[in-house]
Amino acid sequence: MSETFYDVMRRQGITRRSFLKYCSLTAAALGLGPQFAGKIAHAMENKPRTPVLWLHGLECTCCSESFIRSGHPLTKDVVLSMLSLDYDDTIMTAAGHQAEAILEEIVEKHKGNYILAVEGNPPLNEDGMYCIIGGKPFVDQLKYAAKDAKAIISWGSCASWGCVQAAHPNPTQATPVHKVITDKPIIKVPGCPPIAEVMTGVITYMLTFDRLPSLDRQGRPKMFYSQRIHDKCYRRPHFDAGQFVESWDDESARKGYCLYKMGCKGPTTYNACSTVRWNGGLSFPIQSGHGCIGCSEDGFWDKGSFYQHVTNTHQFGVEANADKVGVATAGVVGAAVAAHAAVSAIKRAQHKGDGQ
Amino acid sequence: MQTELKTQTAVYVYEAPVRIWHWVNALSIVVLAITGYLIGSPLPTVAGEASDHYIMGYIRFAHFAAAYVFTVGFIGRIYWAFVGNHTSRELFTFPFWKVSFWRELIHEVRWYLFLEREPRKYIGHNPLAHITMVAIITVGGLLMIATGFALYAEQTGLGSWQDLLFGWLIPLMGQSQDVRLWHHWGMWIIVWFVMIHVYVAIREDIMSRQSMISTMISGWRMYKDDRP
Repeated sequence: MSETFYDVMRRQGITRRSFLKYCSLTAAALGLGPQFAGKIAHAMENKPRTPVLWLHGLECTCCSESFIRSGHPLTKDVVLSMLSLDYDDTIMTAAGHQAEAILEEIVEKHKGNYILAVEGNPPLNEDGMYCIIGGKPFVDQLKYAAKDAKAIISWGSCASWGCVQAAHPNPTQATPVHKVITDKPIIKVPGCPPIAEVMTGVITYMLTFDRLPSLDRQGRPKMFYSQRIHDKCYRRPHFDAGQFVESWDDESARKGYCLYKMGCKGPTTYNACSTVRWNGGLSFPIQSGHGCIGCSEDGFWDKGSFYQHVTNTHQFGVEANADKVGVATAGVVGAAVAAHAAVSAIKRAQHKGDGQ
Repeated sequence: MQTELKTQTAVYVYEAPVRIWHWVNALSIVVLAITGYLIGSPLPTVAGEASDHYIMGYIRFAHFAAAYVFTVGFIGRIYWAFVGNHTSRELFTFPFWKVSFWRELIHEVRWYLFLEREPRKYIGHNPLAHITMVAIITVGGLLMIATGFALYAEQTGLGSWQDLLFGWLIPLMGQSQDVRLWHHWGMWIIVWFVMIHVYVAIREDIMSRQSMISTMISGWRMYKDDRP
């Protein structure tokens, strides 16, 4: 049986007296009458903490690595106090059949009430044999665990879009979660990895308010993914002014000008890096002098160079910069026009000659 | 139509709103192409305080302003197709099932390949011009408006009318980077079109049996002979 919030508070040394005071204060703060203090206490004593199952498919564990570095809230508080992380085969103590037994137990006992967090994605080629968990294809485990989940969180670009293992030519047919599980609400938290505070923020929101965060058109939480890196970039004034880094280590680079011409994908990338930043708000790629590579965008591995703004086009077998092809073709059109004009003039002269 | 032409040497083809639209549209396309190119490949860096300059800001402003002119013009042009004369509807029609259209199209292509001695006479567009106008100006223009506003919606934000009307295009085309790339290619296609359009207008003005450039200024199509 999962612990309740009350159990956790008691375990952390909070007395029942303090707990009841806390409930009264919360009721007062929410503008509720005195009778609600008892109701809040009742809820906190009886409502079990939401169990979270954290699956790992084809991934590199960078999402987990990011998650455990969250500063606000601290990962320890999230994992030990807020949610009941019952299954996470990478970091859990239990192993082997013991671990798999916990997964089954949660699925059985908390039907429809647990959150399924997925890191990585299932490869579908060769019946899913490219990713085996506990002797079975990961895609089977995913489908099994997703069937009775309340909601699914797709951690990282792997689960959200496919990421590197789904990059062309995608030999294992790695497939993002929403294309395999189509009957459950899915929250995409893309990024390679996502920002730690974004991860804990999303999960805290879901546990605190007991509902899904509001999502954008592509299923990403609006609170972190509604704006581009570019929109909140601290180098944006240099962009607007027309001050760009022209080559690595030039004077502009030293002055911290805009990295647009170095192929920064800030203008096309939706993420919270320029506001939340990384490592407890310390820095983020652009702040350290390198452009954004757009890691939270769909198919970012296949969208051309990280160091070009007008990236190469791969369609119709063309693999060149649009501007180069454009200028070259304009040259050809110009030459053709000139040649056509010349022939027209000659024809006209001939025509005049024999016509009149 | 052909028999009528026999006795006529001039027809009023392009009404004033169509002519005004043509030139406003031409001007907005020039501004859009130049500023669009400079947004993709910005001018060299300027020195000094960021607060002293607003180069990208002005370039982008010009692009967005011209884009609104282009769009409003496009909508106005659609309106005029309903209330204007027969020729004003040509941009929005495509006589796919008309055998004579395809036959005359081949004739026009042969004329440009120097295989015909004489072009045919038309009140509005010849079939080759017609098909190109529909593809580049109507369909192409619409695609540029749609992709352009989808990109514009990225700064007006989620829930803005630009986002509600066009924002769905971004996931449909892949991601923001793909929309940029296609919008950029669209510019080059329009640049090629403009080069050919200007050349052909001048050439036909000289070599065909009817007026071209002056028609888009005065509205009157003058014919150089009375033959059908």
